[in-house]
Amino acid sequence: MMQYKGWEGFVPGKWCNDEVDVRDFIQHNYTPYEGDASFLAPATEATKKLWEIVCDLSKKEREAGGVLDADTKIVSTLTSHGAGYLDKNLEKIVGVQTDVPFKRSLQPFGGIRMSEGALEMYGYKLDANVKEIFTKYRKTHNEGVFDVYTPEMRAARSAHILTGLPDAYGRGRIVGDYRRVALYGVDYLIKKKEEDKLFMAGDMTPEKVRNREEVADQIKALKALKEMAQIYGCDISQPAETAQQAIQALYFGYLAAVKDQNGAAMSIGRNTTFLDIYIERDLAKGLITEEEAQEFIDHFVMKLRIVKFMRTKEYNELFSGDPTWVTESIGGMGVDGRSLVTKTAFRILHTLENLGPAPEPNLTVLWSKRLPVNFKRYCAEISIRTSSIQYESDDLMRPEMGDDYCIACCVSCMRVGKDMQFFGARANLAKCLLYAINGGKDELMKDKKTGMPMQVSPEFTAITGDGALDYKEVVAKYENMMAWLADLYVNTLNLIHYMHDKYSYEALELALHDTNVRRFFATGIAGLSCAADSLSAIKYAKVYPVRNEDGIVVDFRIEGDFPKYGNNDDRVDEIAVWILKTFMNKVKSHYTYRDSIPTTSILTITSNVVYGKKTGNTPDGRKAGTPLAPGANPMHGRDSSGALASLESVAKLPYEYSRDGISNTFSITPESLGKED
Amino acid sequence: MVGHVHSFESFGTVDGPGIRFVLFLQGCPLRCKYCHNPDTWGSGGKAYTADEIAVQVLKYRNYFGDKGGITVSGGEPLLQIDFVTELFTILKAKGIHTCVDTSGITFQKDNPVALEKHEKLLAVTDLFLLDIKHIDDEMCKKLTGKSNENTLAFARYLSEKGKKMWLRQVLVPAWTDSEESLQRTRDFIDTLSGVEKVEVLPYHTLGVVKYKNLGLEYPLEGVETPKKERVAFAKRILTGER
Repeated sequence: MMQYKGWEGFVPGKWCNDEVDVRDFIQHNYTPYEGDASFLAPATEATKKLWEIVCDLSKKEREAGGVLDADTKIVSTLTSHGAGYLDKNLEKIVGVQTDVPFKRSLQPFGGIRMSEGALEMYGYKLDANVKEIFTKYRKTHNEGVFDVYTPEMRAARSAHILTGLPDAYGRGRIVGDYRRVALYGVDYLIKKKEEDKLFMAGDMTPEKVRNREEVADQIKALKALKEMAQIYGCDISQPAETAQQAIQALYFGYLAAVKDQNGAAMSIGRNTTFLDIYIERDLAKGLITEEEAQEFIDHFVMKLRIVKFMRTKEYNELFSGDPTWVTESIGGMGVDGRSLVTKTAFRILHTLENLGPAPEPNLTVLWSKRLPVNFKRYCAEISIRTSSIQYESDDLMRPEMGDDYCIACCVSCMRVGKDMQFFGARANLAKCLLYAINGGKDELMKDKKTGMPMQVSPEFTAITGDGALDYKEVVAKYENMMAWLADLYVNTLNLIHYMHDKYSYEALELALHDTNVRRFFATGIAGLSCAADSLSAIKYAKVYPVRNEDGIVVDFRIEGDFPKYGNNDDRVDEIAVWILKTFMNKVKSHYTYRDSIPTTSILTITSNVVYGKKTGNTPDGRKAGTPLAPGANPMHGRDSSGALASLESVAKLPYEYSRDGISNTFSITPESLGKED
Repeated sequence: MVGHVHSFESFGTVDGPGIRFVLFLQGCPLRCKYCHNPDTWGSGGKAYTADEIAVQVLKYRNYFGDKGGITVSGGEPLLQIDFVTELFTILKAKGIHTCVDTSGITFQKDNPVALEKHEKLLAVTDLFLLDIKHIDDEMCKKLTGKSNENTLAFARYLSEKGKKMWLRQVLVPAWTDSEESLQRTRDFIDTLSGVEKVEVLPYHTLGVVKYKNLGLEYPLEGVETPKKERVAFAKRILTGER
């Protein structure tokens, strides 16, 4: 006899033996699916009607200039708002961020100025009372960070050699294990957290006091989560008993996270294999039909599509739109060799047919050579029709991360409920090279007081003379400048995350993690290909500096040709590898906040455009202000040996030095993939 | 031996079966009015040894799968037939599928030296993509500057030797798309064995910009790309489906 009604019919294991272990539950209970997509059901009438309501609201939102409605008064918490619906009678999965769909919530804990600014941009005025509270009585993350920034950090920030730092908005990238809410019910989770807290005894060092306070906050958040579900008339204190309840409970967990945090990326985890177990149980019992199973998933995904945050226009410019990064990781292989693809992996991709293509949720297939062929075919078919699937290499990530990791944002992998990360934006290594040449004076910015070029780093020896740049000399200076940048970067992040934990702690999301969570310190790199090509130009061609009246090198004259990253040419690809390894090793040499594990990513998918604007002429011939390449991509148009050569250059970057992920943006027309006959 | 290379494409998907490394060699004796690679006509190019190219090709063997391999195109690759033969000999030894995309213009059935060279090439080539410019000799001369005699002779030669070939016809409105000439081409194909596939390549204008860059006049100014129906029509005739 199982402990809970919701567990009846499941194969027991460690997961139900006084533990929290969702992976163990999945492994004991899931059914791999090798068949094709023919079982899938079309959208129901209710789904179609609801989607029409969403489309209508989206249209009105666009017509209103991007925001349809915004809360100016009620600070968003898990229980701040009443229930909101698209159409209560039709919705199988309920819950929106405020009491009305498309009404954006007020989330000032990251920074009150950001909240106020965003509201003003769209014609709303922040309630005076709220403003007073968050300026006079309640400090925000943003205020905390700026209280402690050093002048050097401020300078690096305004010169944009460090860019996109999460110092005025939620850091995001933390993915709660929302499945726990469904499998265990909230009461069980509270009980386990209370037990954990009991063990945090002994000498009350500042660290232990903090840990105790955090767990206390987590328990409060779980209690609030239960209350939030009550507002919608749902009791999630006990394990879910049906598929609908499981999806609903899981979604409530996620909804609580987005009510609590306006994070840069609010991903949802890896849920299809888990949910499939509930759906299969109900189907076997004859409780639901395939149409209903699909309807649950369609309604769930519909809710994920309308997650919205109040953000400034600059923020949207940086990310080319208003992304929420509701990444859902699908498929992959188990470490025992079974595929983790279930019918629900098909069902969630099928939402792209039932509801049409959409960028969110960011459906991400964890790709393995060994995935079932029918699933691969279905992925390909949906990709061709909708261009809405992201792919990541499960074969690359699984050896290190096991088979229950998920992707946060676009490429950052973490074991669900066991790992979290401190998101760290990125350092601009193309600009760093210019600093190496100019001794740390910015090539674009002037010091406001003196009118002279701004000295951002301490004064390093600049390159002198007008002769062709000497590769060895430039590399030596670049390495020094990278050492300076890595030091500054890591310490800037150290204080940012200290303040985020202090003033905008993600209690609900961390409540859905193991208490002894593994933390990653996720740095990032921008401008890698530009820096590699620049060094290649200096090494293989002749590059002459061009100086302005202040003696700053502001342009370059290139004589001759040079190998360019993106052509599978080791001469330059090895330079790119060297840059990555050198920078990462320098990052690793510093203390990282809460003993987190340093990682880096090369993934600027859209912000490369903005970073390029703040970077002067580079030795590879790129003009000031023009975009850097996205992620680890070659510079635009320089990969002239075809797609495979371009991909092979990227593939040389060692994953172990870029554990937070490497992205390559790749577009291709169906015709260039071959002829149909 | 050194080959004069125009460029490579690591992800070729339209010149032969599967995913292919396509090597474009420099130089061509023809001056097809519709040519989209006029930059490959003249001499020059970058010199590589066959070994150097083989190293490049082998980097991609994981992508070739069961069907893919190398295609040597141009220009007219068989202007450098000795180089192609040497390269293919190296690659065949590594189990790579080899393919040549040619006009057959270099074939001379009465020249024993040329014959011997082509025979050596055949021994290391799995597939020929043979471009029939025009079945009518007069029209062929107008269109390309040369007679089609060698091309047709090469097709017969490949047929006799039992080699596999794909025949290709670029479809240029008013130049190569008349029913009569298409049918004559088909009648010719019917006399051959070893033709695995007949491909219709619709004329396109992507090469126009290259003419401008080279300061050349574009010979087919004003000729539009063929309509879909016309392409389908040509396909039906050339593949013998009607």
